[in-house]
Amino acid sequence: MTATTALAPLDVSRIRLDFPILARTVRDARPLVYLDSAATSQKPVAVLDAERHFYVTSNAAVHRGAHQLAEEATEAYEGARAEIAGFVGARAEDVVFTRNATESLNLMAYAFSNATDKARMGSALPEGAERFILRAGDEILVTEMEHHANLIPWQEVCAKTGATLRWIGLTDEGRLDLKDLNLINERTRVVSFVHQSNILGTLNPVGPIVERARAVGALTILDACQSVPHMPFDVSTLGVDAVAWSGHKMLGPTGIGCLWAHADVLSAMPPFLSGGSMIETVTMEASTFAPPPARFEAGVPMVAQAVGLAEACRYLTHLGMDRIEAHEHDMTAYALNGLAQIPGVRVIGPTDTHDRGSAISFVVDGVHPHDVGQVLDDRGVAVRVGHHCAWPTCRRMQVPATTRLSPYLYNDHADIDACLNAVAEVRGIFGAT
Amino acid sequence: MQDLYQEIILDHYRRPQGRGLREPFDSQVHHVNPTCGDEIDLRVHLEDRDGLPYVADVSYAGQGCSISQASASVMFESLADKPLTEAFESLARFQEMIQSKGENPGDEDTMGDAVAFAGVAKYPARIKCALLPWLAWKDAVLRASDASSTDKDDQ
Ligand SMILES: Cc1ncc(COP(=O)(O)O)c(C=O)c1O
Repeated sequence: MTATTALAPLDVSRIRLDFPILARTVRDARPLVYLDSAATSQKPVAVLDAERHFYVTSNAAVHRGAHQLAEEATEAYEGARAEIAGFVGARAEDVVFTRNATESLNLMAYAFSNATDKARMGSALPEGAERFILRAGDEILVTEMEHHANLIPWQEVCAKTGATLRWIGLTDEGRLDLKDLNLINERTRVVSFVHQSNILGTLNPVGPIVERARAVGALTILDACQSVPHMPFDVSTLGVDAVAWSGHKMLGPTGIGCLWAHADVLSAMPPFLSGGSMIETVTMEASTFAPPPARFEAGVPMVAQAVGLAEACRYLTHLGMDRIEAHEHDMTAYALNGLAQIPGVRVIGPTDTHDRGSAISFVVDGVHPHDVGQVLDDRGVAVRVGHHCAWPTCRRMQVPATTRLSPYLYNDHADIDACLNAVAEVRGIFGAT
Repeated sequence: MQDLYQEIILDHYRRPQGRGLREPFDSQVHHVNPTCGDEIDLRVHLEDRDGLPYVADVSYAGQGCSISQASASVMFESLADKPLTEAFESLARFQEMIQSKGENPGDEDTMGDAVAFAGVAKYPARIKCALLPWLAWKDAVLRASDASSTDKDDQ
C-alpha cells in the first residue's frame, strides 16, 4: 500500500451509529463483535430506508403496466442499475442483476453449456456465440483457491460438454503458483478466477493472468465478491471479460447480485433462465430474445433490493473506497500482528499485508476450528468456522477447516482486540498442549 | 458455554474410548458433516449370540471438533457390546434429547455419559456434530443387515 497516509481515517464510532445491529448484545449480554463480514455485511439504516421508501411510495412490477407506479418503479430499478454500474466504472446496460454472485457465475457457466447444447441441435444462437461452444479437449482453467461458487459450475460444464477442468495451484503461503500460468494454452477457452480469496485473503494478480488468457483468446471471468466491497474497483481497467459479485457483502440487501460483462460478450450469450421479461417476440413455436441485460433477467426482478444496493453504493462512495481500503489494511496488519503473538496460532494464507485483504483464516494447535468459534461466540465475537465453501483450498493447505475473522468498515481495533483476547483463551479451555 | 463443554465431554475428547478401526467388521461407512468438514470412518461388527443379534464391536477413526469426537467416544461406550435392539433404543434416546431444543434433559440412569450432550441441544449448529457418529453407526448397521440378508437370499 502506498500513498494511503494522506487519507483521512474513517470515523468508526460515527459509522457504527448507522448500523443499529452492532449495538445489540448476544449470549448473556455480551456486546456483539461482528467479524464475519466476508460471509455477509451488516446493513446501514440508509439501505433499509431506501428499500422501505420504495415499497411505501412506488411499488409496482417493473417494465410492465401503463400506470404511474409502474413507471416510477421502472425508473427506480433502472436508476439503481445506473448507480451500481457507476460504482464499478461500468455502463448500465452491461450490468445484469441476479440473485447473488453464485447465480452470476452460473449464468456465465450456463452460457457455455447452453450454447454447446444448442449448437449440437442446430438451434438458433446469437451472433458471436461460437466462443461459447465447447468441444471435448477444450479446457477451463480455475484456481485451487476458488469458492465453490466458481468451481462447481465449471465442473458441471465439463460434465456436460466434455471439456477438461484444470487449475492453477497454490504455494504453501497460499498464493497462486504463477508457474502454473503455463497451463494456459490454445485449448484454454475460459479462465475464471477469484480476485480476493474469501478464505486465504490473498489478492490475486489480475494483469498477468488476463494477459496470458487474452493471448490464447480465452474468456476471462473474475469472482470479485471479496474485492468490490473492500477496495476501489473499476471494470474498465482490469481487462477481464466478466465480473461477478454479490450485493449482500457490500452493505446491500440479500437477494441481489451482479454480473458485469463486455457488451459484445453479453450479446453473444444465449439466455440462462427463460420466461417473461426476457423476450422480444413469442409464438407457440419459438421465441426471440431481448438484448442484454433484459435477456438475462427473466420474471419480475428484485426491484427493492436493487434500490437498496444502489443506496449501499452511495453510502460506500460517500465514505470513499480508498479510505475503506486503507482502514481495512490497517486492521489487517493489526490482526495479523496480534495473532502472531499468540502461542499455537497459525495463519492460513499470507502472513503479511502485501497483496492481501482483510479476511484472515487461522488454526489453533490442538483445537478444532468449530470449538475455537464456539469460545469466540461465547465472548460475543462472531466469526466463521469451517471450510468457507473452499474445501479443496483447505485440503491444499492441509487443514480440515479454519476459523476466519473478517472485519469491515464498521470494525476497529477494539473489535480485533476482543477477538484476539478470546483466541488467546482457547487452548487453556481445551487443555491443548 | 459450560453447558456445552461439560467436563465429561472434554474428558472423552481428550481420551476417546474405542477409537481406531478394527477387524473383523461387517460394514464400513464414511460420513461427513459438509458444513464444517468433520469426518468419520466407522465399522460395525454384528454377532449372533444365542439367537440375539449383538453389536459385537464399533470402531471408528476421524477428525472433527470436540463435540463430534467426544460423541463418537460416548457412542462407542453406549452401543458396543450391546444387544442390537438395546443399541437402537440408546440411539433413539440420544436423538430425542439432542433434538428437543433443550426440553428433554436426558436420563442419566439409562443414558450414562450421553446425558452430558443435553447442552448441545441449545446450539443448533452443533447438533449435527453430536449426531454424526451415531448416524454413521445407524447407517453401518443397516448396511451390515442388508448385506447379511442378501447373503441369506443367496443361500
Ligand atoms: C469469493 C466468493 N465467491 C463467491 C461467493 C458466493 O457468494 P453468494 O453466496 O453471495 O452467491 C462468496 C461468498 O461467500 C465468496 O466469498
